[in-house]
This record gives sequence, C-alpha cells and structure tokens, in this order.
Amino acid sequence: MVDDLYQEIIIDHSKRPRNCHPMADANRKAEGYNPLCGDELKLYLKIENDIVKDVSFVGSGCAISTASASLMTESLKGKSREESLKLLEKFHELLTTDTPVTQELGKLVVFCGVRDYPARVKCATLAWHTLKSALTNSGEPVSTE
Amino acid sequence: MSVLTSVISAGFDVDKVREDFPVLKQRIHGKPLVYLDNAATAQKPFAVIDAIRKFYEVDCANIHRGVHELSQRSTAAYEETRSKAKRFLNARAKNELIFVRGATEGINLVAASWGRKNVKEGDEIVISALEHHSNIVPWQMLCEEKGAKLRVIPMDDRGELLLEEYEKLLGPRTRMVAVGHVSNALGTINPVRQIIEMAHRAGALALIDGAQAAPHLKIDVQALDADFYTFSGHKVYGPTGIGILYGKARLLNAMPPYQGGGDMIKSVTFEKTIYNDLPYKFEAGTPNIAGGIGLGAAFDYVTRIGLDKIAAYEHELLVYGTEALSRIPGLRLIGTAREKAAVLSFVMDGIHPHDIGTVLDRQGIAVRTGHHCAQPVMDRFGVPATARASLALYNTFAEIDALVAGLGKVKEIFS
Repeated sequence: MVDDLYQEIIIDHSKRPRNCHPMADANRKAEGYNPLCGDELKLYLKIENDIVKDVSFVGSGCAISTASASLMTESLKGKSREESLKLLEKFHELLTTDTPVTQELGKLVVFCGVRDYPARVKCATLAWHTLKSALTNSGEPVSTE
Repeated sequence: MSVLTSVISAGFDVDKVREDFPVLKQRIHGKPLVYLDNAATAQKPFAVIDAIRKFYEVDCANIHRGVHELSQRSTAAYEETRSKAKRFLNARAKNELIFVRGATEGINLVAASWGRKNVKEGDEIVISALEHHSNIVPWQMLCEEKGAKLRVIPMDDRGELLLEEYEKLLGPRTRMVAVGHVSNALGTINPVRQIIEMAHRAGALALIDGAQAAPHLKIDVQALDADFYTFSGHKVYGPTGIGILYGKARLLNAMPPYQGGGDMIKSVTFEKTIYNDLPYKFEAGTPNIAGGIGLGAAFDYVTRIGLDKIAAYEHELLVYGTEALSRIPGLRLIGTAREKAAVLSFVMDGIHPHDIGTVLDRQGIAVRTGHHCAQPVMDRFGVPATARASLALYNTFAEIDALVAGLGKVKEIFS
C-alpha cells in the first residue's frame, strides 16, 4: 500500500518542515541536487567542539525529500560528527537493505517504506548526502546522479 | 461514457486495437495497467513483435552484402521499410530516407555533417523555447565549436511560440531553424509550415524534430517543404534504437559523411576512399536490422488504422482529459496551446510531481514525472517538474476516469 510510504509523520514533516530556514552563523554549509527530480537543498550546520549544535535547511523537493531533510535535522542536534556519520550509514541501510529495523534510528524508521520504492531512495537520501558533504567539507555541491 | 465513446469511435474500435497490444493486459500492483507515458515510448503491437521475431527466427543475416538467400531476404525486408518511410512522410525519393537510431541521432547527424561544413563564425542557429534537450544540445555544441550564436524563439503562457518574435530573430546570418513539430512537455503543435516558410524567406534551412508528431499527425515533408525531418521509431509503436532522418537529396548529397565504416563506401584504398551514394553514405556499419524491419511493421500498423482516425480519436481523448483535469481544484495544466496533441502536463498545489507519480503508480497508472528532458520549458513556467499523462491510440475514456480517480487518491493522501 502506498500509505506505507507516505506515513502520517512523513506527510506532516513535508507540509511543515522543521528547521527550515537559512542560518546566518552556520560554520558548515553544503548544497545537494537531484537532477532527475530537480530537487535542491541547502544545508546549514553549526558545529562546536565536534557537536552539532544547530542544523537547518532550505530547498524544494518532493514530500519524501523534504520530510527526510526535516527529520534529519531533528535527529542530528547534539550528536557528534562521528555519531552523525554513523546515523547516515544506518539510515542508508534502512533504505537499501532488508536488515531488521533498529531502535537507534528513532523516528527515522518511518522511512522504511522507501525500501519498496527503489526510484524514491534518492529522494530520501538527498539531505543525508548533503550532510556528508558538509561534514567532510568537500565543498563540492553533491548530486544524486 | 459509453454513448460518447460509441459516437466518437465510429470507424475506430479501441477495444479491438487494445487486443493488438499484449503489454496492456497486465495488472500493476493489483490494478489494471493504465499506460499514459506514451510520449516517452509507445507500446508495441503484435505485428511489430512478430516481425522482429520472424526476422531472428527465419531470415536473420547481414544486409547489403551476401549473395545467399537469407541475406537477400533480410536486405529486402529492411529496404522495404525505407520505401514505407518514404510513403509515411511523402518524400520524393527513397534515397532521401536515412536510417538512424532515433530523432536524437537524426539531429546530431545534421548538426555534425551539414553544420560543420556550412556554419561559420558569427552565423546563427534558431531553435525554440519548447525544444527537447535533443534539439538544443547538438546545436549548442555546433555553435560552441564554430563560434556561432544560438537564438531562441520565445513562447507565451499557453505554450505557443511567438512568431512575431521569431520573425525578428531571422536575419542574413541565420543558417538553420530547428524546431519541434509537437512539444513533448506541453503538447503544443507548432505551425511548422509557416516556420519553415519564414526560415526559407530568410535564406535559412529548416529541420523539424518530429519525434512527438509522427505518432499523432499525418506528415507530408513535401507540403511542409522541410529540409530535414526526423523521428524515432519507438514512439510510433516500433522498436527502440531505430528512427528515420529525411533530408532533401540535394542537401544530403552535398553533406560529408557522418560516420566512416563499412557500407558507406564504394571503394577503399589507403590513399583514397570513395563514398557511397545516398542513402548509404550516411549508414556506416551493420545497422539495427531487426529494428528496421520492426519499424516497417509499425508503419503498416499505423497506416492500416489511419493517422487521420488516430488523430481524431486522440483529440477526443485530449478534450475529455483536459476538461476532466481542469475540474480538479488545485490542479494547473501546463501547456494550453490552442493546437495540441496528446499531452496533459500538470502540477498540483503543494504536491510534488514525483509524489503524484508514485501514488498513481500504485494504482496501476503510469505517468511521467520530472522535467521531460526540457528544462528550459520548466523554467519558463516556473516549475521544477510536472506530471505528464500522454495519450496513444489504445487509451480509453475510462482510463482518463481512472487517472482522475487516481489524482483524487493523491489529494486524499496529501490533503
């Protein structure tokens, strides 16, 4: 059922994305782009003592990509750089493998339905690819292609 | 709908037509397939599938060289498609039809062969704001190489080209006007006859990208006076990887070959190669023989039903679909030209086209979502993407109803 993909919390976050604004005092930024959908995303991070103090984004995209960015920002606050990258790895596993869903993903488990929609995995991972770019500071805008 | 359907379908039995397309019989996610992505590729009738199968099962051999029976059979079948293409486009002579991989290769052939020889620094190529990337990028590449300029005919909010602006773009430096016959993203039917005439008056040539026109409109390259006309077989119910480029013999003869290799030569020594005559000069290497034969079957299929009847039926579907979609609150049709073919491109308030596409897919409805390889068109309308339902001769009024119901489900989920 398509409702397994568009769970209530995803719809909620796509309509009312959290932390959706630019950040003037960000010390890490990155841009992500999905050329197939035309989705664009700018991510702002404030990192102090290796901890994500604040994170926000702006962009335009489908429900999945917007909700994914919104829920990502919520789950990153207070995490260390290493913890953030580990979460990224777990999230990617959730979308692309059949491994059992683990507790550590918290609210992010609502994206498990994306597994059954291979064409939409890129939508759900755009924000996370952009996060990786921001954290590793490669500086290059990331593209899902 | 039954009364309306029977009135419209006089002489056109869509149920019978559907029997010809095996792919349509399946269910997707438990629902009957509603295939509305015909502008991307059309489904294939048994006639085409059987022709390809017969070639591989019975006649398979390389063409134009063997003296043996199979080679003669495959050569005859392949060349027969060229004759059918001549009739399909009403060309003057068979040697004006070049087999290509598709419209993209047709345009690239002209840009590379004619363009390199004839376009100089400061010259101008005119395209339109409606073009598919395949009718933009080859000309951009040529302009970059030669220091020539690309000029773009603008369009209005309906998606119609502004001919008075086009007139202003034409000048003594205009060498080529390359325009699509029908827009893939919006469905606009361009007044190509007038566009060609205006190009000729300015002393320029005209190439028409017919990829979206060939399945829907009767084409007469002589009446249009097109210098080049190209389309892809797979959108006319034929196989992928095969298409046709028409060019006036006088122009083709004066053009250098596009690729070198076997079949495009008369004789080869290390000192000098003498090129073959038309059309073989442009057909290096073993071609897509099965594809060519399949395309011949597609021409027969479409011709047997009659493009006039197909166009009339599809127009009724388009009118019905336009009305039905217009009634949906929050839905905006992108592309409302007065002359349109078979395309319903739209956006919905607050709902991204990809989400529309996914929800429809789960109801068995195949539409295209994205920029449709026409990013400048999307930019013009200020949208990143659209959802596009594109129609073919086997679509039904009931399928339009299914689309409308599907969009109801989309709204339900995202309301």
